[in-house]
Amino acid sequence: MSQGPDWLQLRADFPILDQEVHGHELVYFDNAASSQKPRVVIDALRHYYERDNANVHRGIHELSNRATTAFEAGRERVARFLNAGSADEIIFTRGTTESINLVAAAWGNQNLRAGDRILLTEMEHHSNLVPWQMLAQRTGAKLSFIPVTGDEGLLDLSQLDTLLTPEVKLFAFTHISNSLGTVNPVAQLCARARALGVTTLVDAAQSAGHLPLDVRALGCDFLAFSSHKICGPTGLGVLWGRPEILDAMPPYQGGGEMILSVDYFQSSYKKAPHRFEAGTPDISGVIALHVALDYLDAIGRAAIFQHDQELAQYAWQRLAEMPGVRLFGPAKDRAGLVSFQLEDVHAHDVVTFADQRGVALRGGHHCNQPLMKKLGVPSTARASFYFYNTRAEVDRFIDVVCEIRKFFGP
Amino acid sequence: MSDELDELYQEVILDHCKKPRNFRLLEGATRLGEGYNPLCGDNYKVYVKMDGEVVADASFQGSGCCISKASASLMTDAVKGRTKTEVKALFALVHDMITTGRVAAQGVGKLAVFAGVHKFPARVKCAILAWHALVAAVDGAETPVSTE
Ligand SMILES: Cc1ncc(COP(=O)(O)O)c(C=O)c1O
Repeated sequence: MSQGPDWLQLRADFPILDQEVHGHELVYFDNAASSQKPRVVIDALRHYYERDNANVHRGIHELSNRATTAFEAGRERVARFLNAGSADEIIFTRGTTESINLVAAAWGNQNLRAGDRILLTEMEHHSNLVPWQMLAQRTGAKLSFIPVTGDEGLLDLSQLDTLLTPEVKLFAFTHISNSLGTVNPVAQLCARARALGVTTLVDAAQSAGHLPLDVRALGCDFLAFSSHKICGPTGLGVLWGRPEILDAMPPYQGGGEMILSVDYFQSSYKKAPHRFEAGTPDISGVIALHVALDYLDAIGRAAIFQHDQELAQYAWQRLAEMPGVRLFGPAKDRAGLVSFQLEDVHAHDVVTFADQRGVALRGGHHCNQPLMKKLGVPSTARASFYFYNTRAEVDRFIDVVCEIRKFFGP
Repeated sequence: MSDELDELYQEVILDHCKKPRNFRLLEGATRLGEGYNPLCGDNYKVYVKMDGEVVADASFQGSGCCISKASASLMTDAVKGRTKTEVKALFALVHDMITTGRVAAQGVGKLAVFAGVHKFPARVKCAILAWHALVAAVDGAETPVSTE
């Protein structure tokens, strides 16, 4: 392993990157919102619709057999991707958001009572906050939050002993913050929760496909991620759950696929994972995600993480050298993104200006409104990286930031 | 500098966003309208002092991007001395201009600098935000606005 991946060669696998936007070569730095797709994934979608398309688990004919086999092979592949014990622990959903809502509805309704607590952190994405607020309203449970330390964006773990108590029934937190770039110590947090019998859910939307994930080593009870952020198609997500928990959980939605037998007044349900997958699933999506995971693992997730971290570290350094730039998130050991604010320039103006230079950034509250309020900023601009991004692109981004400061400066 | 950016961030707009006019509480204001864009967190209060049907004075406070701030600044200048009906007619012209790029032959005056915004669909809301707050204010009930 003397030689790392050839990143430029990999970049050529992404047809979309080879274009000009507003007369400039595209620099795509909005990967935390959604990643681009390599040609093999796009080809897998086309191949499926041109050759194998049929519904799964219903037909006995050849095409249905092919679709079913490929769909279930996708489930096996995701299990391997997470080092799960079995494919039966993998539930397909519409995305991280639906995975979390599934747990809140099926597990939450059954297990939470008035007076129980749900522990979250102050850095959660709205999708790992709002479903728990709704569950709290339904059940009378209460929410508490591990504080964030301010601009450096770390969890204040000195509060953990007071917050992680036996009244807590669920502890849900993000692996990597989408607005700060913080990497949380998942295994450590899960171990603490486990010692108290607290169920844990890890939001892996920003970490899956970016670094190696092993649900057994992490020691969580649920883990959620989205296909579209890791080179797979949109509209598909994964929920992994510990098998004994899934077995005890009631269904989420009712419909076809999830039943054993149906009668006019009652029905019996399949076992996990099919109990949680009512209706025709995203068959093509699962098949293409399979290809995406093969693609990522051929590169190596550890190498990807190192590459993304190096870009983020470099971008962070360059921004930190400029006067009037406020940076968010930890200075060290950050994931592959930087979040910043320019003095006297609103993030929307930064993003519009950069877009005109072909640089795609994100500006806004990043679905972290309460966190932004706490930090006292209406919004930040964010550059987020993936393995097909280059140092030369970071240089172009920095040049554009300089230009923006001059343009809007006093 | 690309033409599109020049068209969006015209000199006048840059000037008003860096040095907003009427950017203050309004003593004796009789109406208040609020504008909030959850997408970017832009948040403005528009104060109006009505004298009968006429906008005697207008001001604003809050924070937001260059476009929204310049828009509030130029707007509060433009509506002073106009009747409620005239303000709403002007809003219709400005709204049309910002969404289509069509500049009415008469009436929008300096506000014509916002014609370029229509090429930036994501920014249309920014340019119109303060106007919604203003229209809500002039339409609103006569309530003394606290300016403590
Ligand atoms: C940390 C985090 N959690 C959850 C989500 C929600 O993912 P999705 O919109 O794919 O359901 C995102 C993506 O925006 C995210 O960054």
